[in-house]
Formats: sequence, C-alpha cells, structure tokens
Amino acid sequence: MRYAETGFNLEVDLSRGNVEKVATDPRDTELYLGGLGTNAKILWDRVPPETDAFDPENLLIFSTGLLNATPATGCNRTIISTISPQTKLMAFSMMGGFWAPELKYAGYDKVIIRGKSPDLVYLYINNDTVEIRDASHLQGKGAIETAEALRQELGDPKLQVSAIGLAGENRVFFASIEQGRSSASRGGIGAVMGDKGLKAIAVRGTKDINLAKPAEFIGLCNEVLEYIKYREDHPIPGVMPILAGLGSPQEMKIHDEKWHTENFMWGNSRVRRKGFWTDEIAKAWTETMESVRRRLISCYNCPMKCGATISVPGLPTYMMKCFSKLTYTMAAMSDLEFGLSIAQKATEYGVDGFSTPQVMAFALELLENGILKESDFPGMPEDNEGRFYWLLDRIVRREGIGDILADGTYWAAERIGNGAHEYAHNNIKKHEQLPLKLSMLNPVYFLMYSTGEKINITQIEGQFPQAPFPKKEQREEFVKDWIQVPDEKFKQYFLDWEPRGENSNPYYPTPQIASEIVDWQEMMHYVDDALGTCAGLSSFPLKPPYHIHNYPKFIEAGTGIPMDKDKLVEITRRNRNLVRAVNIRRGMRRADEKPPANHWKKRFPELEAELLDTYYKFKGWNKDGIPTAETLKSLGLDYVCEDFIKRGILKADEEGEVNAEADQN
Amino acid sequence: MCAEKKTRIVKTIEIDVDKCNGCRACEVICSAFHAEPKYSSNNPARSRIRVIREPLRDIYVPVYAGEYTMAECAGRDKYIIDGKEYDECSFCRASCPSRVEFKEPDSGLPLKCDMCEGEDEPLCVKWCLAEALIYVEREEEYEVEEEKPEDLEIGLEALADKYGLEKLVDTVARLAAKE
Ligand code: SF4
Ligand code: SF4
Ligand code: SF4
Repeated sequence: MRYAETGFNLEVDLSRGNVEKVATDPRDTELYLGGLGTNAKILWDRVPPETDAFDPENLLIFSTGLLNATPATGCNRTIISTISPQTKLMAFSMMGGFWAPELKYAGYDKVIIRGKSPDLVYLYINNDTVEIRDASHLQGKGAIETAEALRQELGDPKLQVSAIGLAGENRVFFASIEQGRSSASRGGIGAVMGDKGLKAIAVRGTKDINLAKPAEFIGLCNEVLEYIKYREDHPIPGVMPILAGLGSPQEMKIHDEKWHTENFMWGNSRVRRKGFWTDEIAKAWTETMESVRRRLISCYNCPMKCGATISVPGLPTYMMKCFSKLTYTMAAMSDLEFGLSIAQKATEYGVDGFSTPQVMAFALELLENGILKESDFPGMPEDNEGRFYWLLDRIVRREGIGDILADGTYWAAERIGNGAHEYAHNNIKKHEQLPLKLSMLNPVYFLMYSTGEKINITQIEGQFPQAPFPKKEQREEFVKDWIQVPDEKFKQYFLDWEPRGENSNPYYPTPQIASEIVDWQEMMHYVDDALGTCAGLSSFPLKPPYHIHNYPKFIEAGTGIPMDKDKLVEITRRNRNLVRAVNIRRGMRRADEKPPANHWKKRFPELEAELLDTYYKFKGWNKDGIPTAETLKSLGLDYVCEDFIKRGILKADEEGEVNAEADQN
Repeated sequence: MCAEKKTRIVKTIEIDVDKCNGCRACEVICSAFHAEPKYSSNNPARSRIRVIREPLRDIYVPVYAGEYTMAECAGRDKYIIDGKEYDECSFCRASCPSRVEFKEPDSGLPLKCDMCEGEDEPLCVKWCLAEALIYVEREEEYEVEEEKPEDLEIGLEALADKYGLEKLVDTVARLAAKE
C-alpha cells in the first residue's frame, strides 16, 4: 500500500482523446517527494528545451502535494507546472482551495495533460470514471460561471472545478487558472490550458487516503493546531499587522492599508503617494470593504481565513484574497470600490491580479508619452476607470491593441518598439513584479529577486524578518522563542542586523550570511511546494507552525519513508537544482538574474556581483549560475549532468571540477 | 402524584453557522477518528459531520449525522434566513435516500455521529478553531424510568380509543414480529 500519496497519475492525451491511469515509481517519491519535485522531474524527462509553451508536446501538470488530503492542516495546494509562454521558462504557480485534496480522494496524485483538443473540452473525474467531455456550451464563460454551470448540470455540489475564463481561451500570456476561492495566476499557465483546448477539470473523489503511522501523525497535527492557536494569541510585535500573524497577508481582514498605499507604487509602478492614507480614506475604504465582504473563508482543512466572499452591489459574487485587493485600485490611481468591482470581472475572465493592472497602466503611460497614439485605442472612454474596463475587455479578447498587450509588458514593448521598453520597467525575466521601488539595496532581497525561479518575491521570501528591528531589546525578544531556525547562527545574524551603521544594508548581512539566509527561506518554499502545504502556514510568515524540525516527522509518519532533517534538506536541494536545470537548458543564465533596474535607487554593482558570486558558489553553481557536475552528481542528478555535457552547457573537463566552498553547506 | 426526578449529562454541540469558514477540518478529523485502525486513513465521504457549503450564496451549514431513514420525506420546505434561501435538507440530519450525505461511500450503510465515543471532547469541535462548533455538556433533569409506562399507557389508551383495542393489539403484534 502507498501512504499519503495514491501512487497513480492520470495521463491525458487531448490530441488523441485518450486517458490512462499510470502507477508511479515509489523511488521517485523518496527522491523528489511529490508536487513540484516530481513535476520538475517529469518536465525534465519529457519536455525538451526545443518545445515551446504552445506546442502540443508541452505538458500541463496539475499536481497534488505529498501531504495533500492527509489531516495535516493547510496541506491543500495544487501545484501546476508547465512551460510559460511569457518567460519561456518553467512556470510553477500554485493555488490553495479545495481542488488538490479532491483529486487525491478520487485516487490520483497528478493529472498530466498533453496534446491539444481540436474543440473545447473539459475533463470529468469522478473516482474511476474519467472522461474528456464536450465544453462547447462553456465557451466564453467566466471561470467561476463555468464551475457553477458544471456543478448544476452534473447535479453535484461537491464537485471541485479548476477552470479558465476568456483570457485563457484566448491565450493571454498572464491568464490564470481559477478555482473559486483561489487561483494559480503566475506565468500564464491559463494560456497553456486554453491552448490545449481544455476549459476545466472537474473532480469528485470519495476514496481513502492512508497514513503509515496514524497515531504519530495525528499527534503532530494536534501540535500544529496548538501552535496556530498560540500564534493567534501572540502576534509578532513591531511588524505591520498583516505580517504579525499566520496565513497569507491578511488583506481581507485588516483594513489598515497605510503601508501598502504609501510604500508601494501607484500607476505603472511609478508614483509613491506619501501621506495618502488619511483618516477620510481609511474611513471610506473600511466602509467599502465592510459593505461588500460577506464572510472570511478558508481553504481546505485550514483555520486561517485568508480569503473573503465579495458581493459588490449589482455584480455577481466572487472570492478574493491577498494583495489583489489593491492592485487594480493602485494601477488606476482610483479607490477601493473600483478595485473590488473590476476584480470581479478579472476573476471571471481569469487573469493574474499582479500583471494585468500593470499591463493596463503601462498601455496608458505609452499613450500619455506619445509612443502609442489615440488611434491605437479606438472607442476608448474618456474617464480613467472606464479606460481600465475597456482595456481589460480588449486584452482578454485580444482585440486591436489588446492583442499586443495580451502578451504582457515585455513582449508588448518588443512589438511596439519606439522606446516602449523603458516603460516595461518592472519585470524580472520578462515577468511583471510587485510595484515596489525602494531606496537602499537590501542584499537578501537582491539575491531573492535575482535568483528566485518562481519569479515572484512572495514565493521565495519568508521566515526571516524583512527589515532589521530598531532596538536591540526588540531583537533579543524576537529570537527568544524562534524555534524555527535551522541553525542557531541565524539568531545571531538577526541580532547583529541594524537599521543604521556598519551592520546595516547593503553590506550587512554580508554576502555569505545573505546567502545562508536566502537558502533557508527558499528551502522552506521547496518543502511546501513538494508537500502541498500552504506557504501561509510555513515558508511565508514569521514563526510558522511548520518548519524544518517537524517536517521530517510529518513526512515519515505520513508516508513511512524514513526521514530526517539532513535528508529533507538534500531533497530540497535536489528539487531546487532540477528546476534550475530545466531553466538552464532553456537558456537562462546569470545575465537574466537581476531585479528591475530601478527597484532600488542606491545600487552597488561590485557588491551585487559579489553577492551573486557568493550565492552561486554556496549553491554549488558555477559563475554563470549553472549547477556544477559535482553538485549534480552529489544529488543523484547524473542524468542532468550528462545532458548538460552533451549539449555543451557544461564542458566535459568541468566534470571533475571541485567546488570546495560548495561543500560547506 | 409526583414523579421522582434524576439528572443526566446531555452532550450537545452548538453550531454557529456565522462562524463557519467552510474549511471542512471537522470532516477530516471525524473520518480519521472512525477509521480502522484509528486515524489510519481519512475520507470526508465517511464523515459523520458534513458542511453544506455553497460559497457563492454564502451558505455554510455544518450538519451532524442523525437517524437513518428508509424513505425521503414528502414535503421539502424552504427557509429564508437573513435573505438567504436554504433547502430544508440543509438542516436535516437524516441519512436519507435522497442524498449522498451520511452513507459509507462503498457499502451505502448509514453513518451516525457517536459524539466520538471514548474521547474527552468531540474531535470535530476540537479541530474547529473557528469556534463554529461548541461543545456543551448540560445536566438535564428527567423523570425516572418507572414513570415511563404511565405515559405510554396514556398514549395507548388514546390510540385504543381512536382505532379500537383489537386493531391496536394486532398492529403491535405485527410490529413485534418484524423486529
Ligand atoms: S493559510 Fe490561508 S491561504 Fe493558506 S491554506 Fe490557510 S486559508 Fe488558505
Ligand atoms: S471545522 Fe468548523 S469552520 Fe471548518 S467547516 Fe467545520 S464547522 Fe466550519
Ligand atoms: S462528534 Fe465525533 S463522531 Fe460526531 S461528527 Fe464530530 S467528530 Fe464525528
């Protein structure tokens, strides 16, 4: 018997209309755990670098995590991996909600989609019944509408549905896959789903998920629940409210938006509005939120309530979480009511809440600066908010200028030319970033922005405070019950980090210390992404209930695979290097690893080079960011090494190269 | 005539639907607790508590499995509470042929909440950190057993009056044979 996982994947060939249930190799679970780890292995094995996002050979993998659907709190994420049309690299977006556990109860760990259907279809999975079905009646329907329509017509309110809207159908490069409560938005994975002619996957499952050591596992779960209660009663002092507790940033619950509105940029990530958050604004926005928010809601088996049901008068109800509360508002320099209204449309269309507002603000900036002409926007309303609605409609339909904008700011600028690239200024690896522009370089964030393969800062940062605490006593207080640190030395690093003086940004944390901190932060995301745990209970918040000390016990009690801290760290390194290998083989190099040029005003080219050098070395990568032969072999990734040598990515004589420093981690 | 009073502990779970966030943790732990061996598996389709959820209509009703019923009830009323329309089934605890709730998925055998026999508190309550489920033990006075036949006698007399004694005896005998 397989424990925690089901041991089966569904292989769906949409070109041939074929579905197969395939047993997986338990050795892969031991090597890569599951989720992102096994997804990366499949993409490495089956999608060569010559394959583009919209080739039928590209795979779209919907994966559960190893601990999804066990009683472990918050293990509910769906990990979707494919090749991104926007970055042309591996995209791995994740969503919480209810879909992945349902798939596991139906008896599958992954659904692997290949090929393309000539007509729009949806996939129906009900335990052993798996069918590719006609979806022509769902064409053009919203993502949430689609889910409701399927529940109605199949008469099953418990059906869990992942669907795309119009944006995905029309292959918008920032189209999302929506699931009601949550969405997988980054990297344009919804466009790949649309390209394959797949409108939705509807799942229902009523089978058991087994545990290897039941009593131990439940004991661990109870400890996690106790710790969550403790943390609810003990918010971290000295940090802003949305970061003081657990969960995703509590944007639906907390009304105080001083920090976001005054520190993040408005418009096309341009304008900082200090002093924006007045009493009147606070009152008006609080009223707006309270009048439309019906309930705070959770994902599967999680008490955190990070999302909310939103009913704006006159619009259909939808669900929202996190910072998408403000992205449309701020891009349009408007108010919260506008943001929450247009977000309803955007959710049905199925677009990413980070990229979309920025693309629209970018278009208007190009118009303002004469790079695009009025004639490029025929019929666009005069008023600012009307323009955003108009642009959104053009983009998801790929009409006129919308067709160009639908490729995201980088590719749009490429097509528009005429200096448009200056305005696509907030990208990393061609992907739109959070609208942040800061003053002094932060070495830890420099490394994360540059090297994070998810290309989204919230999916690599966490655990370590974002800024030093001003007073020594505060720092001492903070480290007192910091049980999550992998090593005591991290406490000292934090104690020594000061807002000003010798031990402050950008020279402290030193490149070596910054590398160690980033490595820890990233490692926890890689554990979460393999297990399917929400980052909101683990890698993202300060002092989370899951950490490197209890995770091995969860894995062992859940799966029966003997596990300890060292072994788990090694698995995360294996998965990390495999993801990087997929991207290296697709051409990603050091030159691509940089934050937006204007992210910080004060830059230090020499220090930045030293930071990258040190971090690469620490990771066991060469100067170009390529994992060395030695690193690959030590992780059992010999097959990657061979392929690199065959392709000339690594030279045969580099094989024996000894990277002494890399051994120190 | 004064009946002798005794007290007993009545276990109740108070359900606050406004606090439910729809996480289904209650279903997870209930099904895990009743797995054989204990906690060895989980499957919400075997849980004795079900959350009737319709997020877009903001409907969240945790319901406990009660008695098994052979036939579905004839009329189904609608309730409108706070402007939201609920089906009567949304509150019904029966394991009933009209719906999938409260039946073992493979055998179809009915499920019933046993208040987590042997545990200090119901586990669904313990796992509901939202406090939508609150366990309340209250003492209740009741009349001692001996008093029961008297009630029964009154009832039987009423039935005998209505249907005639002979018919009543026949029916009781038939029911007894069925048991
Ligand atoms: S922490 Fe929040 S986002 Fe994460 S699983 Fe729980 S409710 Fe969902
Ligand atoms: S555990 Fe509580 S909040 Fe969660 S679904 Fe059950 S009753 Fe609702
Ligand atoms: S009290 Fe126990 S048996 Fe009853 S529903 Fe809750 S967990 Fe299940």
